[in-house]
Amino acid sequence: MSLLTTLARAEAVRAGRAQPVATVRHRHLSGRPLVLVPLTAAGEAAAPLGAMVGTDRDAPVLLTVRQPRDRDLRFGFLARLADVVLPYLESYADDVDTELRKGEELEVCADAPQILVPSVPGVDYVRLLGRSMRFRRTAEEDPDTPFPAPPRVPLLGRWLTHYAERARTPGSSLLLAMTELLGRHWATGQSQLEDQHLGALLAWIRGGDPEEVERGRDASGQLLTPPAGPATDPAFDNRLLAKATARFDAGIPGSGDEIDALLASQLRPTWDAVWEGVTLLRELAPGTRVPDRWTGDRWSYTGHRDRLRAGEPPQPRRDDATTAARKLASRERAQAELAAGEALDDPLVMASRRLAGEAFAGTVTGVEMAMSEGRSPRPRPLVVLETDDEPYLDPGVKAHRVLATGKTQTAEVVETGADADGPGPRTVVLRLTSGMGRGKTPEEGSLPEPGDALCFTLFEHTARSGAKLPDPDDTPWTHGGPPSAAPADGPRPAEAPDPVTAEDFL
Amino acid sequence: MPPRALDARALAALAANPGCRRRALLDGAGVDKARLAEALGSPSAFGQSQFAFARGNSFEASVKADGGAELLRLLCRRLGVEPPAPADVTVPDLSAPGAAGRTARTALELRAAAGRGTWTLLDHPMLSLEVAGAAVYLEPDAVVVDPEGTVTVIEIKSFPILDGSADPSKVGAAARQSAVYVLALGAHRVRERVLLVCPKDFSNIPAADLLDVRPQLSVTRRQLGRLTRLESIAAALPADVTFDVSLPPVELTRSVESVPAAYAPECLAACELAFHCRGRARAAGEVMTLGRAVRGELGRLRTVDAVLDAAADPGPAADPAAAALRRAARLRAEALGVTV
Amino acid sequence: MTPTPGDAATRATDEILADTLHGTARGVVVDSPPGAGKSTLVVRAARELAAAGRRLMIVAQTNAQVDDLVDRLATADPGLPVGRLHSSDPHPYDRVLDRHAAVRKSAKIGDLAELPIVVSTAAKWAWVKDVDPWQHAIVDEAYQMRSDQLLAVGRLFERALFVGDPGQLDPFAIVGSEQWAGLTYDPSTSAVTTLLAHNPGLPQRRLPVSWRLPHSAARLVSDAFYPYTAFRSGTGPGDRRLALTAASDGGAADRVLDIAAETGWGLLELPPQHTPRTDPEAVTAVAGVVRRLLERGAVAHSERSADGGEPVGPDRIAVGTAHRDQAAAIRAALAALGVRGVTVDTANRLQGREFDVTVVLHPLSGRPDATAFHLETGRLCVLTSRHRHACVVVSRAGIPELLDEYPSAEPVRLGVEVKFPDGWEAHQAVLAHLAELRVRM
Repeated sequence: MSLLTTLARAEAVRAGRAQPVATVRHRHLSGRPLVLVPLTAAGEAAAPLGAMVGTDRDAPVLLTVRQPRDRDLRFGFLARLADVVLPYLESYADDVDTELRKGEELEVCADAPQILVPSVPGVDYVRLLGRSMRFRRTAEEDPDTPFPAPPRVPLLGRWLTHYAERARTPGSSLLLAMTELLGRHWATGQSQLEDQHLGALLAWIRGGDPEEVERGRDASGQLLTPPAGPATDPAFDNRLLAKATARFDAGIPGSGDEIDALLASQLRPTWDAVWEGVTLLRELAPGTRVPDRWTGDRWSYTGHRDRLRAGEPPQPRRDDATTAARKLASRERAQAELAAGEALDDPLVMASRRLAGEAFAGTVTGVEMAMSEGRSPRPRPLVVLETDDEPYLDPGVKAHRVLATGKTQTAEVVETGADADGPGPRTVVLRLTSGMGRGKTPEEGSLPEPGDALCFTLFEHTARSGAKLPDPDDTPWTHGGPPSAAPADGPRPAEAPDPVTAEDFL
Repeated sequence: MPPRALDARALAALAANPGCRRRALLDGAGVDKARLAEALGSPSAFGQSQFAFARGNSFEASVKADGGAELLRLLCRRLGVEPPAPADVTVPDLSAPGAAGRTARTALELRAAAGRGTWTLLDHPMLSLEVAGAAVYLEPDAVVVDPEGTVTVIEIKSFPILDGSADPSKVGAAARQSAVYVLALGAHRVRERVLLVCPKDFSNIPAADLLDVRPQLSVTRRQLGRLTRLESIAAALPADVTFDVSLPPVELTRSVESVPAAYAPECLAACELAFHCRGRARAAGEVMTLGRAVRGELGRLRTVDAVLDAAADPGPAADPAAAALRRAARLRAEALGVTV
Repeated sequence: MTPTPGDAATRATDEILADTLHGTARGVVVDSPPGAGKSTLVVRAARELAAAGRRLMIVAQTNAQVDDLVDRLATADPGLPVGRLHSSDPHPYDRVLDRHAAVRKSAKIGDLAELPIVVSTAAKWAWVKDVDPWQHAIVDEAYQMRSDQLLAVGRLFERALFVGDPGQLDPFAIVGSEQWAGLTYDPSTSAVTTLLAHNPGLPQRRLPVSWRLPHSAARLVSDAFYPYTAFRSGTGPGDRRLALTAASDGGAADRVLDIAAETGWGLLELPPQHTPRTDPEAVTAVAGVVRRLLERGAVAHSERSADGGEPVGPDRIAVGTAHRDQAAAIRAALAALGVRGVTVDTANRLQGREFDVTVVLHPLSGRPDATAFHLETGRLCVLTSRHRHACVVVSRAGIPELLDEYPSAEPVRLGVEVKFPDGWEAHQAVLAHLAELRVRM
């Protein structure tokens, strides 16, 4: 954690309220997000217990599984979830723009659906649900399949898988956890571990007693604020749900409604908390570079739409070597661009980088025109800057700044004031090497003047793209060769569904 | 109150925060920390859903069904050997009166199995390990002795192995727990890899993997060695300290507070007393309540007040942490548009 | 009778070259502990492959490594045409290469592809396309190369010799890669791990002798960091000697230097205190040791020095730290003392380098707690294995207690091989040795 954040947390302790660690919003927030609050049955990998879902804060759709071990009830739940989520996901598919990419006019969806879950385990659960559904076969696909899945369930599995996988890209916003969103923008007076509790985190931000929210129980031992899921509180399972489930199993009339009401009581506070978070975040203006990152998400959504339309098989269980390497490379690029973009968008984030010696801000005290050598000399002016910051500078190091036009200008450090440890400002002499246009005189606005306040970063503002990786079918011997023989004229066959046995369900 | 028996999970958990003397002493003395926490007015939040409990038990039973045939098949496949015919597997009766009796019975059967030259499955054997001078009884899910006489610890868990991988923190906990069993089997020829059996994907079919527990063994050995220093912790306490939960909370709190703790937020997931210790740490304004990592840059500043005072001091600072905080405060105020 | 170090090393080298030139396996993996002659091996293997008419590409990890290798190749065989494939950035290669007439430099592979040997970084090689695969490759520092980088260049060669030091710092990714943990081709793991997982039958060889580390250091470094692949020093006790010309002033720095000159190791211990990373007292202590080392006129006597020994100048001294800000603070402190020319850098940047004397700021000094970063085996290994004569460690007291209190709740991933040695154990081994050679401030 940066010292600046530690300081903000200490201030939060003293104030009894969360303190800002961002001055702008660093993630895209849809005007019409879909909120999904899932609950899962304890002790099983992906046996849903219920969910609250929808795009209208005042009209959540409650879905429940009255007996999580009953396969038919589980499929019924998933089918109803698909009925709510798929129309939302598909509603963005046909509104398209065209964009020029590598000289080609390509179609990209004008906007994309966004799913919000309460916490990080919620993101993992979306991934797990996606995995559990995408290999299922419907009766239409395979008339012989035992226990066929309802028609749209495998499709929902593929979408949820795509969203959960995209969520691993730094800065992406198709699927977000509210605890992460809030934690990115506010520092509380507790640890990051405790910030995973959505209710407590909100209490720090908007006032309230975080500890009471986290631990407070009523006379019967039930939490006053239920956990944000997907796991339920053991006291809820043992003292309330178990009895209701037993009555349901015994076929007692009204017991199903009783279970629904119990689950709603656990889901509704979290549902409201997520929406409250949305309201808080909407008060922050988005950072300048947020729309660019969202464009990446729109491409991601469009790409998945196209794969579905092309009839491609579901995402495989595990990535092949090339896919894994490609994803890692693109996420490392996204991480570098996110770190740079957040700093450039937000002086508070830049302050952290300045404190860490990775950027410096100061006032121009002198500008001296100079030209490069060679046949067509270019302007290479020297700029003298006075700064109170303490960057790690050696002669030859590159520094970058953003011009008023939004373009990046690069400079090279020529020398720094000798007394690096002394008190008071230090002098940095830089030679501007780019961003001044093609002429012999620098373009308007590209040359600073004495008195200007500038901020240079030692990190680059965009990440270089890496070299192309081989196609899976050209995987070299060092990595075991091609994963499996694919038919020469078609796509790789779909993976087999998970074996289903009578023992799956107890 | 009667001492609560230490189990493998508790022994393994000692490594979670070895710097905490309070935990070491209470665990070493067999104090029931959950009851103690309740008596202190800060009940722990640990509990298990009965649904998870039932599922775990039925999974273990299904894995061990038919004289452990499936279990041996899983083990043999991982070891790359031919599984025995069910009739060739001995499953001895381990029942005996009392923990000591069951331990003796297990030891006898282990010795017999080692010389038998066939496969033996010991279902819920009882092992003992000397910890800080007293015997602690441990009950692994199962151990298997192969025809060469090598003992393998079997750990059955109810979290899934999904597409070949499993929750790393849960596997880590299982590895630490199994390492305690391996240690307790030290007198025998014991494999330093244990068989972890879990449900496969979303099914109830078992899947298994061998876990190399050598790192966990060395950690556990080290922590158990440290427990022998309990006497020195206890010797530093006032003579009248007791952890009797029937004491009034004020007195009980005084007793507990006489043993120094090392609270960190990670304790919340590992120790029944965590809420109590967190309350004390927060009241004292310890920076540790903000996370282990924050201390790294704060040097000798240990409280929130000290941090904020250092940040607010306008003069030059000799202490590098204070100097950095002052710069941080200045940069933060500048970015937020606040004038200092 | 045990063979002499020279014989053992020669035999190992001969086996490696035989496997490489005449073996049937597509790859050969060579583990090289610190200072075991890895560069010498690479140069020799390259020349022999070239002499046998095999088109050879060499993959190194950084531009500095590439330039160093090309310089060594050209120095060893001035007539051998070598291509240096470089980037199109300004100043893409070290000007030192301009001295060699037979070295051709270009940013385009087309200009170089016909040369017997072409050398470049893994990152640059990844862009090469539309060329015939090379018959052979040498992959240098293969343990520091990530699996995905090998994936990007694996198509370029038919067979390869992989050389590296498994004890140094592992490659890392700046984003999470847990989802691939346990996969044989996890892109964030080391190239050698992936290679061996897919090609378990490849011959694995080892260079058994460190020519850099003195007799006083080889045993400790071998035991602490290479517990299952022991090596020994090429020199015996007394073959290396560090003499301090000027007498001791009785201060702590002088006393620890005397101990280090005599035993090869020294620990200068400051009073216990939690400090931020840049601990001014520790920084001053490190700078003070370096200054006294220079002031006292250290002379290094070794198997390769002249009779009177070689003076240990600033260029033969390095200071190693865990963090960049620590290095910056020590550089400033040395500058304030008027000391110039001493290398001060982090473990990452000292990898592969060699000095007569090193002064190390212990990664755990002054810390309130140990973290996985500070315990990383490779970091301590790099810091304690750069010297030919002596290594002085500067630290706050209290590290054994810190190690004792380290919470171990490491996650375990199925299918991932356990890595040895554990950082905790390695730290204990080094500290136990240093405890005997301690001077308190």
